[in-house]
Amino acid sequence: MTRRRAALLVRIALLAGLVLLLEICCRTGIVDPLTVIPPSEMFASMIERVSSGELDEGIIQTFSTIALAFVLAVVSGTLGGVLLHRQSRLRDIVDPLLASYYSVPTFIFYPLLVALLGLGKAPLVSLGVLSAAPAVMISTLSGLDGVSPVLLKLARVHRLSPARTLWWIVLPDALPRLFSGLKLALSYALIGVIAGEFILSGTGLGYSISYAYQSFDNRAMYGLMLFVLLVAVIANGVLYVWEGRLARRRSTG
Amino acid sequence: MSDVSLEDALSKVARARRVRALDATLLTLLILAVWQAVGIWTRGVAIAPPLQTLAYLFDLFGTAMFWNHAAATLYAFFLAFVLASLIGLALGLIFGVHRFTGEVAEPILAGFYTIPKVTLYPVVLLIFGLGLSAKVAFGVMHGLVPMTLFTMGAVRSLPPVLIRTAKVLRLSPVRTMLWVLLPACLPDVVNGLRISFSLTMLGVLIGEMFSSQRGLGFLLVNGMAQNNVPLSTAVVLIIVVLAIAANTLMLRLARLTAHR
Amino acid sequence: MSGTPGNEPSHVTLSGVDRNYEGPPVVHALGPIDLQIRTGEFFSVVGPSGCGKSTLLDVLCGLVRPTSGSVRFEGKELHGEVPDGVGVVFQEDSSMRWLSVRQNVAFGLRTSSLSQQEIAERVEHAIRFMGLMQFADHYPAQLSGGMRQRVCIARTLVLRPRLILLDEPFGALDQQTRLLMGDELLRLWRETGATVVLITHALDEAAMLSDRVGVMSARPGRFIDMVETRWPRERDSRIVSEPNFGALTARLWSSLREESLKTMGRVA
Repeated sequence: MTRRRAALLVRIALLAGLVLLLEICCRTGIVDPLTVIPPSEMFASMIERVSSGELDEGIIQTFSTIALAFVLAVVSGTLGGVLLHRQSRLRDIVDPLLASYYSVPTFIFYPLLVALLGLGKAPLVSLGVLSAAPAVMISTLSGLDGVSPVLLKLARVHRLSPARTLWWIVLPDALPRLFSGLKLALSYALIGVIAGEFILSGTGLGYSISYAYQSFDNRAMYGLMLFVLLVAVIANGVLYVWEGRLARRRSTG
Repeated sequence: MSDVSLEDALSKVARARRVRALDATLLTLLILAVWQAVGIWTRGVAIAPPLQTLAYLFDLFGTAMFWNHAAATLYAFFLAFVLASLIGLALGLIFGVHRFTGEVAEPILAGFYTIPKVTLYPVVLLIFGLGLSAKVAFGVMHGLVPMTLFTMGAVRSLPPVLIRTAKVLRLSPVRTMLWVLLPACLPDVVNGLRISFSLTMLGVLIGEMFSSQRGLGFLLVNGMAQNNVPLSTAVVLIIVVLAIAANTLMLRLARLTAHR
Repeated sequence: MSGTPGNEPSHVTLSGVDRNYEGPPVVHALGPIDLQIRTGEFFSVVGPSGCGKSTLLDVLCGLVRPTSGSVRFEGKELHGEVPDGVGVVFQEDSSMRWLSVRQNVAFGLRTSSLSQQEIAERVEHAIRFMGLMQFADHYPAQLSGGMRQRVCIARTLVLRPRLILLDEPFGALDQQTRLLMGDELLRLWRETGATVVLITHALDEAAMLSDRVGVMSARPGRFIDMVETRWPRERDSRIVSEPNFGALTARLWSSLREESLKTMGRVA
């Protein structure tokens, strides 16, 4: 069996083992049931809520916000990255800002956004975009920087116009790095929106979790939590696998 | 010919430096202008204008209350950061050297990185209660994984010949780690510390926003609750300045160690 | 096959070409160069490392403008743009990892106005010519270095260039593969009738393949010797058994040795 497959199996076994351990601890009372409920209960709670349709509104809310934030972040981040790549003076100014951007907890601006934009979708989308767009910008820059010089020479030998050079050579060569940026953008947008809903919102899945916690409804809370975590893991996992496939085709071994 | 070119070259470098300084100044002024504009436009409901904020800040620095809160945050942060770095370093070294374990662990760690950890906050609060331990737990929760991933990456990208050399010299595993791996990985480890620093701070601040009556995070939330806009703006400013300063410092540090 | 437009006897002419790189410090990389390459000639350039061979190639195809002097291709002066009819094979692997072999080869014709059928014919011909039929649907990552260079050569071929420039194309290959690739190159030269300029550091390769070899000095590169080989057009790597081959290689080395020593001293 290949090493990758072996690692996968061990991983699954490990995770399954941990879940089982938790289940046992909860059932036997080692872990206080008021703190953590057994995984099987979490799962059951999640299935109940999803199938009863009571989550539908929250799902639509949250995921539409995330999708919107993601799209806006990718578009603005890519355009920004391309712009900075071409305008080196502007880039010299902005580079240190970008480098420090993620050291500042964007979170602390959320109340400001609410005060500026009111409650509702706008501050959430803004928070998502603020979290995700710089990552796209950074990876776009890195992608454009990393185009191999010999390919650019080749473009000139074939006398390609700048547009064609971009479309036929630069973008395909940079695609793996750009894709990493997309992955980050999704993950940051998701985190930003859900965090925002959790803190200061009246609707959405993040809010539902917070409400359940404050109402001491552990069962609801854990069910919702599991749902959100599963969605996040699956969405990111799909992109991760896709990225791996893209890279494998292009590199030796 | 070469004399003239040298002078030309030097003046070009000096000119570039002047342009950069000018641009930086213009940018700062632009930021301040936008800040002022937003402050005025929202009539101080959302954000206080720069001067007012600075004035409030100086007043704040004179109060004992502020320093109590700042000390609380720093203490929690210090604990969390030390824990996150040491554990992250150790785990990263193990996962990096023992390839199979690393391969098993990596997707789990990467996955943890991408989930909205905010959804786990209630669990942390349920387990640790309110107060210092919850704050430290939040901080470690955020800072541990990146430190591990960075260290792991650093060890993996080491040329294998170094480890072979250590084996030939018959060094014990601990010595291999301390004398060979760690120095060789230093730049990447410093970068990991830098990222972990910011994220640990994020975690601690969020913890304070949720679960504490002390600390800068609490001050921020309190300011909002009491509609004390200058206070919340001032706290945000402090956090931003601290974060950027720390980040820049560690970037320099990373660059220094990279020259070895 | 390819006639030269206008009445210029030479295909490419360099007159008083100098190339400097701005510093600091300013580096005089190349020149002065006066060179006339005849139409249909197989011309090689040898020289010590760092002497400016690659710069010469860049200047020849118009990728780089000379600091002074002029470059004329088919009678027209080049102004920093690559003209129509020139193909270049680079030293580094320039295959596009995201395209299959067939798609790589067809890339050169994407901007042409040929019909789909004509394109497909040319692509198939080039693939067959370079012996890549078995791998037409593979990706470069799955091929060896030598095969990847063949893909790059095939990609140049479909354009039917009148001038083909190669910058140490076989540098990364082992000796046996190099010799075989040399034969391929000769075959290509004969069938297309193009003018070929080969940059190489291997003296035996230059002596074996070319009609004429230019020996460059250490930086700034100038031509210090021109050697006519007078080989028949139908030749391949077995020409190494000719008595003249040894003498030619010896002459190249005697011209080159001192320049190489100069370069070594500088580098060390």
